[in-house]
Amino acid sequence: MTTTTADLKKLYNKDKKKKFFVLFFISSALIVTVLISLSLGAASPRIGDAVNVIFFKTFPFLNIDPPSPLAVTIIWTIRLPRIVMALIAGAGLAAAGATMQGILRNPLVSSYVLGISSAAGFGAALAIVFGISVAALGGYLVIGNAFVFCLIAMVIVYLIARVRGMSSESVILAGVAVGFLFSALISLIQYVSPTSNAVQAIVFWLMGGLHTATWQNILICFPIVAVAIILMMLQAWNINVMSMGEEVAVSLGVKSKRVLAINMVLETMATASIIAFTGIIGFVDLIAPHIARMLIGNDHRYLIPCSVLMGAFMLLAADTVGRLIIMPTELPVGIVTSLLGVPFFIYLLVRKRRRSFNWN
Amino acid sequence: MELTINNLSFSYAGVPILKNIDLSVDLGELVAIVGPNGSGKSTLLKCINHILKTKQNSILLDGQDTNKLNIKRLSQLMGYVPQTSISAFPFTVFDVVMMGRKPYIHWSIGEHDNEIVAQIMKLLGIDHLAMRQFPELSGGEQQKVIIARALAQQPQILLLDEPASSLDIKHQLEILCILKGLAQSKERSVITTMHDLNLASRFSDRMLMLKKGCIYAMGKPENVLTTQSIEDVYGIKADVSFSTVGRPIITPIVNDFNDFTSKVSLFFEEKQELKV
Repeated sequence: MTTTTADLKKLYNKDKKKKFFVLFFISSALIVTVLISLSLGAASPRIGDAVNVIFFKTFPFLNIDPPSPLAVTIIWTIRLPRIVMALIAGAGLAAAGATMQGILRNPLVSSYVLGISSAAGFGAALAIVFGISVAALGGYLVIGNAFVFCLIAMVIVYLIARVRGMSSESVILAGVAVGFLFSALISLIQYVSPTSNAVQAIVFWLMGGLHTATWQNILICFPIVAVAIILMMLQAWNINVMSMGEEVAVSLGVKSKRVLAINMVLETMATASIIAFTGIIGFVDLIAPHIARMLIGNDHRYLIPCSVLMGAFMLLAADTVGRLIIMPTELPVGIVTSLLGVPFFIYLLVRKRRRSFNWN
Repeated sequence: MELTINNLSFSYAGVPILKNIDLSVDLGELVAIVGPNGSGKSTLLKCINHILKTKQNSILLDGQDTNKLNIKRLSQLMGYVPQTSISAFPFTVFDVVMMGRKPYIHWSIGEHDNEIVAQIMKLLGIDHLAMRQFPELSGGEQQKVIIARALAQQPQILLLDEPASSLDIKHQLEILCILKGLAQSKERSVITTMHDLNLASRFSDRMLMLKKGCIYAMGKPENVLTTQSIEDVYGIKADVSFSTVGRPIITPIVNDFNDFTSKVSLFFEEKQELKV
């Protein structure tokens, strides 16, 4: 072996470049998907018109020729908020999934496993059927309730896990248990619900969807998700070290229990602020990080941004397909993500030689 | 840097694991901690490294209570090599070794960190594995990677938990020679738990023999490893001879266990329902 330290460093830098290329590639795919999604639909303005509308609305001082009012309505009021919401939701859910999988050292972790999704569903159902809401801020009856119940679930999981020393297993088991509890409560509400309309509304909410996206919702959701993602990114080294085990993390100077608690809060905030608006969108937070792991490895400094891009891409692509496939009606995004994502994921799983996670 | 352990006791869920441990280790020493399973060897290492919390003033570095140091500073002074290494999500060897720089870096990896990691990997002969995935390596290779990670911390005290027990004889010797060299450079001290008494005897400067959480004996290998101590601590009879360099060699006498062998073989001969 005649490698020198310079060769080694070169090898490492080459690997780094490859990772940046992957990020660049997914970003490009994402931009293309946005443009395609903007210009396809029941009424189809051309891509040029779509871009024109966006510039017209975002840079009013540029004196762009005003596009037709119809195009403005379609692009600016209907399609763009939905696309932006898809991007935010995909990004936030995937980032949350990636960090919690890493910290809890478990490839199966998602917002379902941690009980958050079911808690949101319960909060929403409670508001839909009985009009009971603990946080009916300015008409956000269902949304506020779903959000608050996510936080309640997190606190319960935290308190249970703390008794058992905040081990990874205790968090996961407490999360699963709390999730089942809230699922049972959702069923109970559906069972006792006085009207079938209410039951249908719950079912619809649980399926999740992006059709309700508005600029107003985005203004609430975006800052929370953005801050949470940035704070998760800042934890990247801690998470790397923690995925080698708690003792190792401590010996490398990481306060593992504190990192776990901080990230539970971040993950819940991000997930809750998304699914409160969209309803339960599952699967992205589980699968997008795994696809990212296969493409870019497990260093969270790259994995988190890669998951963010991948989640945004997956959700937007799925929602676009869902919008187009059975026009004039549409398929809920949750169904499409699974139908398209699972085969792709299985393909990667079978084809890739390199394992992206271990069962231990 | 001098490590002093001062009347250390540790209980887990009310059960005492360590009782009144006193020990002091100087720079340049290789200390082997031996003792039967459950005698508190690993617990002692974890107490030293603050993975387990200890009372005030029980672990001192150059006279300073380590409870008063923050965990990050501590990780710049002590490196820890656990008994088994998990990696839930595989990292490349380079990334794993780079984690040893965690106590020094915030976000981006500097040229200096890169250089340290590259040099250590070259020193331990794992440079050709740099871009391989850690879980794909053999046990011996993994152990070297983890030692490299601990060395990347630039610690003054290196703590190792059974670094050689799951390795073949060649890797065992390699790892112990590395540890010996680290101690000999007078830059750091090495404290390692070990099961293999002969390896401990051959390589350590000093041995610490634990029995049920107490120090049974401490000192040079030839003073610690005697037929008497082995019978008292391990409950077996052994011959002690001496190697050409004057280190004790333990040969356990298995006659005592012949009864056990015949009992097991008779059991399976007689029991009809267990016959193949």
